[in-house]
Amino acid sequence: MTGRDGASCAVTQDAPTAASSSHPDRSAHPAHPAPVLEVRGATLAFHGRTLWSGLDLDVRPGEFLTVLGANGSGKSTLLKALLGVQRLGSGTIRIQGESVARGRRRVGYVPQQRLIPTGTPMRGRDLVALGVDGHRPGVRLRGRRALRARVDAALAAVDGTELARRPIGQLSGGEQQRMRVAQALVSDPALLLCDEPLGSLDLHHQQEVVSLVDQRRRSHGTPVVFVTHDVNPVLPATDRVLYLAAGSHRLGRPEEVLRSDVLSELYGTRVDVAEVAGRIVVLGAPAHLDPHHWEEGA
Amino acid sequence: MSGLDALTILAGHAQWWHQVIDFSDYGQLMALVRNSIIAAAVLGVVGGVLGVFVMQRDMAFAVHGVSELSFAGAAGALLLGSSVVVGALAGSLLAALAIGLLGARARDRNSAIGVLMPFGLGLGILFLALYDGRASSKFGLLTGQIISVDGPQLWWLVGICVVALAILVAIWRPLLFNSLDPDVAAARGVPGRVVSMLFMLALGLVVSVAVQVVGALLVLALLVTPAASALRVSASTVAVPLLGALFGLVAAVGGILLALGGSLPISPYITTIAFATYLGCRAVGAVRDRRAA
Repeated sequence: MTGRDGASCAVTQDAPTAASSSHPDRSAHPAHPAPVLEVRGATLAFHGRTLWSGLDLDVRPGEFLTVLGANGSGKSTLLKALLGVQRLGSGTIRIQGESVARGRRRVGYVPQQRLIPTGTPMRGRDLVALGVDGHRPGVRLRGRRALRARVDAALAAVDGTELARRPIGQLSGGEQQRMRVAQALVSDPALLLCDEPLGSLDLHHQQEVVSLVDQRRRSHGTPVVFVTHDVNPVLPATDRVLYLAAGSHRLGRPEEVLRSDVLSELYGTRVDVAEVAGRIVVLGAPAHLDPHHWEEGA
Repeated sequence: MSGLDALTILAGHAQWWHQVIDFSDYGQLMALVRNSIIAAAVLGVVGGVLGVFVMQRDMAFAVHGVSELSFAGAAGALLLGSSVVVGALAGSLLAALAIGLLGARARDRNSAIGVLMPFGLGLGILFLALYDGRASSKFGLLTGQIISVDGPQLWWLVGICVVALAILVAIWRPLLFNSLDPDVAAARGVPGRVVSMLFMLALGLVVSVAVQVVGALLVLALLVTPAASALRVSASTVAVPLLGALFGLVAAVGGILLALGGSLPISPYITTIAFATYLGCRAVGAVRDRRAA
């Protein structure tokens, strides 16, 4: 156990250099900028089952971290911990040097893709505006003009200007997800967290959402933590992968982690990583680590 | 002979029709029910606004459950000879807060409401059976009546509605956010639990007033139908609550004004106006969708 953790620590330490060298276009950022997100010794167990333990993680400006793992491996729970909604068993999480607290407004959050029903009394721009002041009490009275300008800018950034006036329930799944990205970006977050935002979108819309997030981290240096069950749509953007399985984890560049020997050791059973028609597939990994699927609906 | 038969039938019809509408003595009646009209107007407006969130949060069934418990509370108060307003309020708030504590998972919530609702209704019927006062006040709690609301009682009903509206306005944006996407709202710092409980409090307050005006069985006509109608014709965050309030106002006050002319309870008038509004809004929405397509 300690040996494994030691190995993942080593990967943590050299990974930022690897990440920055693989993206020469981010040379505007200093070679070793201070990490936006720092996780130290984070451990979380539920009902006696360890989701992850001894997790150390630094995410620096402009970095794209992809979190992979089977259902029930604790991917979404990790995001909840980063959001401050879920408390850790032990360890610390710091964002911009401050420990996380529930509802930190410096974090943008793109949720799982779930269709907003028709008959929701809200237009595209209303959804985005909630990202600015949805947490404030009362009704919106003052500052409508300033709000409008911010919302317009966020809509333009996701190429959603023509969706602003459309009822949100009438938009397609992909269009709704673009609105949610705009909602997460409108508050100009220091860190962007994405929780399986691709869901059941088709390939084209998946690429669209990924490219919006990718653009943002390149233009604004906003680091991204992207949870997904399928690495392929995000692989071109990914700097590093955090792979969670069997209460343990591996962290490193995609080619260091997505390998048969590494994942076999992680899962403790034979797992094959193969490339089929340009897509990476992981074969033999247990689909569900927990027969109760407790994470679903959480 | 046959002419006489026809006359008798006509007279019978006329008598039946007079039960529905008869506008002789209208002015005198108006003066008597002025307080009821004020209470209904305020209830219609607040119910229409609250209904928008009831729809968003998928809580129509919860509204029905709360109203049965509120009915039981009111019937209990009638039996004990204490204030019906207080009885309805106690039953309503107890049920609303219990449902709120059950949390947001629709399936758990609905099964609990399904269990709670017949119990409340049964309890209420037991209290009414034991009560030997006026039969009309018995029946009124279930199906509504033009109660001659007296002065102090009127201010209670209006006051309860105003408090509920104030709660809704105070938590407006967080409630909107939480109803749309609870996870994202929580991530942005909206305390979901607090917002949900405050919403249930407002719901309980409004239901307790609605039980006394339209009766427990028909609370949905003022807490769901007006908002559902508004949602058919608009998707604006501003227009939908305003239209909901307008439709609620028209149904509640229009229902009372029509009911004055007959000897039937007010509920059928209110529910018919509300339902007609809904059909009209559906038609308008359908025509607009076809044009847009």
